[in-house]
Amino acid sequence: MTVLVDKNSRIIIQGFTGKMGSFHADEMIKYGSNVVGGVTPGKGGSKHLNLPVFNTVKDAVNETGADASILFVPPAFAADSAMEAADAGIKICVAIVDGIPSHDMIRIKRYMRRYTKSSKMTLVGPNCAGIISPGKSMLGIMPGHIYKEGRVGIISRSGTLGYEAAQQLKNLNIGVSTSVGIGGDPINGSSFRDIIEKFETDDETDAILMIGEIGGPQEVAAGEFAKENMKKPVIAYIAGLTAPKGRVMGHAGAIVSAYGESAIEKVEILKECGITISKNPSVMGDTVKLVLEKM
Amino acid sequence: MDIHEYQAKKILSNFGVTIPRGGIVYSPENAENKAREIGGSKWVVKAQIHSGARGKAGGIIVCNTPLEVAQATDKLLGKKLVTNQTGPEGKIVNRIYIEEATDIEKELYLGLVFDRSSESIMVVASTEGGMSVEEISKEKPETIIRSKIEVAVGMQSFQARELAFGLGIEPDLIRRASETIIGCYKAFSELDATMVEVNPLVISKQKQILALDCKMSFDNNAMFRRSQVSELRDKTQEDSKEIFASDRGLNYVSLEGNIGNIINGAGLAMASMDMIKLAGGAPANFLDVGGGATPEKIVKAFKLVTMDEKVKVILVNIFAGINRCDWVAEGIVDALKKIEIKVPLVIRLAGTNVEKGNQILKESKINYIEANTLEDAANKAVAALNKS
Repeated sequence: MTVLVDKNSRIIIQGFTGKMGSFHADEMIKYGSNVVGGVTPGKGGSKHLNLPVFNTVKDAVNETGADASILFVPPAFAADSAMEAADAGIKICVAIVDGIPSHDMIRIKRYMRRYTKSSKMTLVGPNCAGIISPGKSMLGIMPGHIYKEGRVGIISRSGTLGYEAAQQLKNLNIGVSTSVGIGGDPINGSSFRDIIEKFETDDETDAILMIGEIGGPQEVAAGEFAKENMKKPVIAYIAGLTAPKGRVMGHAGAIVSAYGESAIEKVEILKECGITISKNPSVMGDTVKLVLEKM
Repeated sequence: MDIHEYQAKKILSNFGVTIPRGGIVYSPENAENKAREIGGSKWVVKAQIHSGARGKAGGIIVCNTPLEVAQATDKLLGKKLVTNQTGPEGKIVNRIYIEEATDIEKELYLGLVFDRSSESIMVVASTEGGMSVEEISKEKPETIIRSKIEVAVGMQSFQARELAFGLGIEPDLIRRASETIIGCYKAFSELDATMVEVNPLVISKQKQILALDCKMSFDNNAMFRRSQVSELRDKTQEDSKEIFASDRGLNYVSLEGNIGNIINGAGLAMASMDMIKLAGGAPANFLDVGGGATPEKIVKAFKLVTMDEKVKVILVNIFAGINRCDWVAEGIVDALKKIEIKVPLVIRLAGTNVEKGNQILKESKINYIEANTLEDAANKAVAALNKS
């Protein structure tokens, strides 16, 4: 298996006919992702990029058997689109969009409580780069060619810092099984812990690189989960050593507001959880390499 | 987005929270009249800046006559107040709030925030009002009571009652206290707030429950649907460079050091700042031009960083994905034709078409130092600083 997406994932684009949706749909298709159509309300029945356009996600699922979606709708409508995807039976939805109000994110997550665990959609993002399983499928906006196929899982809040890591690994001839961008917002669809758990049971992943940053409880929650439940090694880097307290550093969620949320505190807690720390962002690849050599 | 105390008070009073009588003034004459209009025999003159801890900084003055109110207003208007939250440059006082003094019997703390662990709204209360919540949790953690609110159904009366009883409020006042707490919750949830803090929430000797000081912050991402809130923005309370940045779609935070940064992506920007620190330098700013790093954004970023006089070296670190390095390099060359850079410039490009990008930079004859890795870039920036 692969984590979240593979060659068989049938992908639809929500916000298909817009500029962003069109551009990235094309990039995904070029990468080899199995894009089967898209949704733009009011344009159902037409064709775009030689693929069918539907009015609703339900129509798209019924006609194409889609099970994955990616959102390129404006922030004001993103919550509605994510809930529509969940209701239509989509299994994995990536929200690329930056700027969804936090109150809306909470609403989406409450809405999804109506589904049982087995029928619940996995939401990744918002404000993220998406997911790639190199050589298989890309459900995101990353530059696919910087990822070498391999057996290291990456989870990152930041898009470009995730790219940096993939490039460092590639330069060391280390490949990636799946890379998941969970996004920089305070409330997100999937946490580090949610994804790390999927990597633990993935037989194509040997080790996990977790790239966190200041703010919020998620890195620590993942560390505590790893300590209790994981056999695979976890390597982590936490960005924001120099970030001042109480200021938002670009990502809405990157703000230190409580104990355990600064980079130094997170590093200390993760170390106690048995996680190997990459001491700076320039040696993420080297640190993974050392851990792999010891296995 | 932050707003002033008087604005927050007005909002909360619309949600049924009682506030002392008061009014905003812009001149000493104004203030004297306002004091007479409010009546009574004691007033509080409060400097309106986006910061707490104003009392310790001399921004809150108790007065016994309308003349004193005028004098206090005169003293504060136009002054820069430096508190432990404003940074050394302080914040300018352009507005003064005049309020009737309250006979305080008891000071309480009431705060509402997002709880990122449970992804719900958390109400935090304590009997130790007047101290900051950080101080309370350090010194009197046993006095803190919390209540998680299920946003789908909103705050229930029993939850507010539990908090009120938990604060030791006397039975006759429980109903009023509950209404106050629920009012704050409604303001939070209906206006896309990210923080409401009433500190202190007081019980007066006349047995009124009053919001004596309050703060509210709002979700910038939701301002498109909260025009009445976004109108309350006071740009005089924000760093001028940060306003320049936010008006141009850049994420910028002014810092104390002297190495200016231009980076794409918030995480990579934080990581680059960390590398500068490890190399022995200090960043002058956090600047994320966005993952895409378009040439337009790069021009704007150079303008912004060169506005900062303390910048002695500029470090550009772009990881190009879909936006190839050659395109980014052309953007940089173009920007440098428009903006003169008088300090050493270190450029690190990585990602798609990196060789082509570096080739373009070299051939353009711009004066810069090429770097290959994050570490190399930080080391070269610090070395250039030490040479200059």
